[in-house]
Amino acid sequence: MARRQKRSWGATLTIVPFWVLVLGAYVGTMVWTVLISLTSSKMLPNTQFVGLAQYTRLFATERWNIAVHNIAIFGVLMMILCLVIGFLLAAMVDSKIRAEDTVRTIILYPQAISFIVTGLVWQWMMNPTVGIEKAMHDFGWMGFSFDWLVTPDKAIYALVLAGVWQGSGLIMALMLAGLRGIDQEIWKAARVDGIPTWRVYVSIALPMMRPTIVTAVVLMSLSVIKAYDLVVALTSGGPGLSTDVPAKFIMDFFFNRSNIGLATAACTVMLIFVLVVFTPWFYFEYFREKNGSR
Amino acid sequence: MTMATAHERRPRGPKPRRLTAGRIGIYAFVAVSCLFFLMPLYVMVVTSFKTLDEIRMSQIFALPSHFSVEPWVTAWSSACTGASCDGLKVGFTNSVLITAPSVVLSILAGALLGYSLSLWRTKGSNVLFGLLLAGAFLPYQIFIYPLVRIYAYVSLYGTLFNIITVHVIFGLPVMTLLFRNYFSSVPIELFKAARVDGAGFWRIFTSIMLPLSTPMIIVAVILQVTGVWNDFLLGTVFAGQANWPMTVQLNNIVNTTEGTRAYNVDMAATILTAAVPLLVYFVSGRWFVRGIAAGAVKG
Repeated sequence: MARRQKRSWGATLTIVPFWVLVLGAYVGTMVWTVLISLTSSKMLPNTQFVGLAQYTRLFATERWNIAVHNIAIFGVLMMILCLVIGFLLAAMVDSKIRAEDTVRTIILYPQAISFIVTGLVWQWMMNPTVGIEKAMHDFGWMGFSFDWLVTPDKAIYALVLAGVWQGSGLIMALMLAGLRGIDQEIWKAARVDGIPTWRVYVSIALPMMRPTIVTAVVLMSLSVIKAYDLVVALTSGGPGLSTDVPAKFIMDFFFNRSNIGLATAACTVMLIFVLVVFTPWFYFEYFREKNGSR
Repeated sequence: MTMATAHERRPRGPKPRRLTAGRIGIYAFVAVSCLFFLMPLYVMVVTSFKTLDEIRMSQIFALPSHFSVEPWVTAWSSACTGASCDGLKVGFTNSVLITAPSVVLSILAGALLGYSLSLWRTKGSNVLFGLLLAGAFLPYQIFIYPLVRIYAYVSLYGTLFNIITVHVIFGLPVMTLLFRNYFSSVPIELFKAARVDGAGFWRIFTSIMLPLSTPMIIVAVILQVTGVWNDFLLGTVFAGQANWPMTVQLNNIVNTTEGTRAYNVDMAATILTAAVPLLVYFVSGRWFVRGIAAGAVKG
């Protein structure tokens, strides 16, 4: 018993500040945010309880609904494209090409740079008066039109394009690791049976990579929900509200429009969404194995 | 592990036959994708060396007729970033001042907490770890406003201390995870032997575990340097105008200038901002991939 007590001193003293930090900076602030959303706070937080009135207002706010609509389109397109492109790139890199390392380096470098940088470069390239559209006209292709950035109906696709450019490299890396984790005997067996390579990828490799794909989808959906930097740099939410997203809505209502109540209500909606969607996955990923193997 | 087996099997397979339709298709796809990924970098570099007149005359893919370094000089030392016109060098200094301490402190904190959680297992350590991980999944917006109030209450809002500590707080989950997993894989006998020899909590940490974890420290440095350097959201909210990092200044240069846009200066500024993480990426090579895999998959 004495030994046990002695054992925990250093560790206990170390862990206490971390407990304070986590309870304060994560749990405390989260609860605080939720509490503010139940009050009539405007410029400054107050304590006048109004129930769910802020939520009623939030769901009646057109801008919020547009932002949610936009993020859904952005998220679905971005995930499908990244998965397809990432898988094709991984299959390509895996098919014994020359200069594999160079190709991989080229595909993955956008991952290293800031969303702000990505946003600004694509803003410049997609600018219809000076960018790719003008270049095509100068090459003699007068009918070419690439005006997504300035057309409200298409601006969200511009966001998807830039997002895919930056994000598909990571998916490629994940998929490549998944592909290389597949037993090589399966490939040999398929070759002996005379099954075409593409068929092996689609019918055997892809189903075997389900855990990888689940991981990729979770990662991408988390980054989609957090999407803010890219939107600010590429379109600032425009033209109009055509590329507004929840993260930007929240930041604007916190810091520009001083409507704390509405912003915290939006935060809480985001929180509930993330918890509902990811808790099952989170549980399986981190705590299930412990019961089984340990 | 998978890399090793990949190398082992490579010489064994038959050499691919040359120039089947499939191979041509694959290489065509390789070429197109490489062009797609390289295009923005190419356009950035080419544009940054052109004069404004030339930008108006030619198109974005054309090489500059004569190289002008003036956009780079302007971007670095005299471009206007909202309030002042001192160029990006201010942002660069700020980013260094923010990144260096944030990286060191968050790695130390993560290593210490990872060590405590994996080898000492105090009461409730799983709960603490669970809370921390859950924190990593939630968008920053959920924590930001109360944090602003707390820092403002102790009169530290908008200071260098503010932004550094915020980076440490939000870097903690991934850092802890990295080190917790790493220390869990260290043979427990090593730990027990040190305990028998009378080494305590701190002694084992500083003399055994920290030196052992050099590979993890490298991965963590790569992850945090690029992560903190590329941050925009936390920088705008917590750093305060005087300490705005490079990403924030860059966005101001490009998106808030009035009058004619100096695209060449914009692109030079963009490259300058991307330079540090790109350098880390090209120098670290496979370590970087290991870093984003470890940080992304588990964080």
